[in-house]
Amino acid sequence: MAYLDHAATTPMLPEAVSAMTAALAEHGNPSSLHASGRRARRTVEEARERVAAALGARPSEVVFTGGGTESDNLAVKGIFWARRAADPRHTVVLASAVEHHAVLDAVEWLHAHEGAQVELIGVDGLGRVDVAAFEAALDAHRDRLAVATVMWANNEVGTVQPVVSLAAAARAAGVPFHTDAAQAVGQLPVDFAASGVSAMTVAGHKLGGPFGVGALVLGRDVACTPLLHGGGQERDVRSGTLDAPSIAGFAVAVEAAVKAQADRAVHLAELREELVARVLAEVPDAILNGDPRDRLPGNVHFSFPGCEGDALLMLLDARGIECSTGSACSAGVAQPSHVLVAMGADSERARGSLRFSLGHTSTLADVDALAEAIGPVVERARRAGPAR
Amino acid sequence: MKVLAAMSGGVDSAVAAARAADAGHDVTGVHLALSESPQSHRTGARGCCTLEDSRDARRAADVIGIPFYVWGMAERFGADVVDNFVAEYAAGRTPNPCLRCNEKIKFAAVLDRALALGFDAVVTGHHARLSGGVLRRSVDAAKDQSYVLAVLTRAQLAHSIFPLGDSTKVQVRAEAAERGLTVADKPDSHDICFIPDGDTAGFLRERLGERPGEIVDAVSGEVLGGHDGSFAYTIGQRRGLRLGRPAPDGKPRYVLDISPVTNTVRVGPAEALDVDEITAVRPVWIVAAEPEGPLRCLVQIRAHGSPRPATVIPAGQGWRVELDAPDRGVAAGQAVVLYDGDTVLGSATIDSARSRAVTA
Repeated sequence: MAYLDHAATTPMLPEAVSAMTAALAEHGNPSSLHASGRRARRTVEEARERVAAALGARPSEVVFTGGGTESDNLAVKGIFWARRAADPRHTVVLASAVEHHAVLDAVEWLHAHEGAQVELIGVDGLGRVDVAAFEAALDAHRDRLAVATVMWANNEVGTVQPVVSLAAAARAAGVPFHTDAAQAVGQLPVDFAASGVSAMTVAGHKLGGPFGVGALVLGRDVACTPLLHGGGQERDVRSGTLDAPSIAGFAVAVEAAVKAQADRAVHLAELREELVARVLAEVPDAILNGDPRDRLPGNVHFSFPGCEGDALLMLLDARGIECSTGSACSAGVAQPSHVLVAMGADSERARGSLRFSLGHTSTLADVDALAEAIGPVVERARRAGPAR
Repeated sequence: MKVLAAMSGGVDSAVAAARAADAGHDVTGVHLALSESPQSHRTGARGCCTLEDSRDARRAADVIGIPFYVWGMAERFGADVVDNFVAEYAAGRTPNPCLRCNEKIKFAAVLDRALALGFDAVVTGHHARLSGGVLRRSVDAAKDQSYVLAVLTRAQLAHSIFPLGDSTKVQVRAEAAERGLTVADKPDSHDICFIPDGDTAGFLRERLGERPGEIVDAVSGEVLGGHDGSFAYTIGQRRGLRLGRPAPDGKPRYVLDISPVTNTVRVGPAEALDVDEITAVRPVWIVAAEPEGPLRCLVQIRAHGSPRPATVIPAGQGWRVELDAPDRGVAAGQAVVLYDGDTVLGSATIDSARSRAVTA
């Protein structure tokens, strides 16, 4: 079995499992005032401090959420609402065209239901956001800007975005800047304060923590209207009983992922280069998508001309190799990836692509298994023809 | 064998996949997503391509213990089945979309892809028997689906497996329950999967627009009323003509024929529906030895019709079918399927029908 889908979810770190399991055996609502409640609250607050320390944020800036999608929705909608409440002219949302659907669909929802004017910033053929276009959009809408959002690194093709430059430009224009760092934490150095972003999404299960937990790191000066109303937890920005066990596991995972990041990035980049070379040796006309240099160390994304991604995935799955077509919808039917389309790929190239993503359990044996299988699999998929 | 089980989310295809796995085949389940914008839930017993059906198919695959994927076939299905369905009605014919789906999607697009990807056959939950290239009716006469499979060629049948033909529907449901398949008591799907509300006329009107025309008495030539589109009528239809007044003889009137060119619907008495000579095109012979001369056999001319004795005479590119006794409601676009007892001999598409007595 070769698991090459760490970008979808990566196995939980043993130390995160231990921390979470220990907390599961405890009781007490972190908002309760008695001893059990205080003990649970201590678990949460210690976790908050660990997450903050690992990500270059202050503890008060860490808002625990139910995961990456919630963090993205909270940031995009919440900041939009707060900004518009402060000044009704603030209705323009800037977003890159290659955002995850958790951002893109939230932005589109704001357009459809809240009258937001949305400007999607294009990318080049390598998936890099056009900084000049972003700055031009800031200039064009200066007094009407509500929020800007560009991901730290792309989940499909792995391209790392110039987030620091974009955040600086947004700050100069006076608009809050959110970044989805779900794929970045643990793979790239991520420092909230140093990056200059206003809000940052982190997801537990992408970095070795549990499912269903994440954080929105939200600058102290950034107003954000809640999505969830209730008990007023988390600075009144995110109500709901705090999930102490998940938060405990999440914090341990964030800390471990950040601590291991530098060494892991070197190891994963080596494996990645090996994987790219071995696939190209077997399938010389495969096209590596994304930025060949400035990319997530664990991300490889290929288009296989004449093949359908779905067919490749199924054939590899049958050989024990697990990867992704990089895009999915609720019915499980692949649509052409909006990321590849934004990069200028035609529909056939977009549908004939696979993402192989490496993580903390990846080894050279995984790459060997893929290298052995990919030639015959591509040959077989070609017989079934390209995407319709 | 390495086989691909087409799983609709219904009880039949689930049991078929399970039986294929029990038979020692290496089975992979595939749900065909046929709708561009699938609805979340089934409405009543209709439809077969909602997200709920997809989930049912996935859960059946889990229970059987086979890999499962969803194949997006919406574009192909839209072009080859739905568009064709609309075009056939617009041309005054009465298509059978299930038959068309078998011919163009399940045993063509899906089968071709499966073969290319290294599978040896496609397994479906159709109620029909198939062995040694011989296609026969299901033992469950009420559920028999040999009619909608009779368009398949020998080559297509050679790569098809129908594991349910020797069982009744009641047995299939009981077996599903024994196997722990949650779809055991799921209602049968009826009608046309892409018209979930069952309003075929409304569906066609939406796509073809209103095309007002006349309803004419076939005998007197008198204009009896109007319609919003001849595509909303099928041969033999009695209800919904809204003629306002009864025929002089007080008997009900039926749609006798539809002329898309003049957009006229002709109606008349039931006897005028009687035909005993059918011209059919696009013949497919399943039996190895195609007859050169007239062939005595049974013919079935609609999905749930009874077989009738007839003589089939090869004529040009098609057949002339002479029924021993007149039949009613023979519609162009439907299939005429030839049987020898319960064995399917072949099929063709009805092009026209007439009464020898009237023209003689």
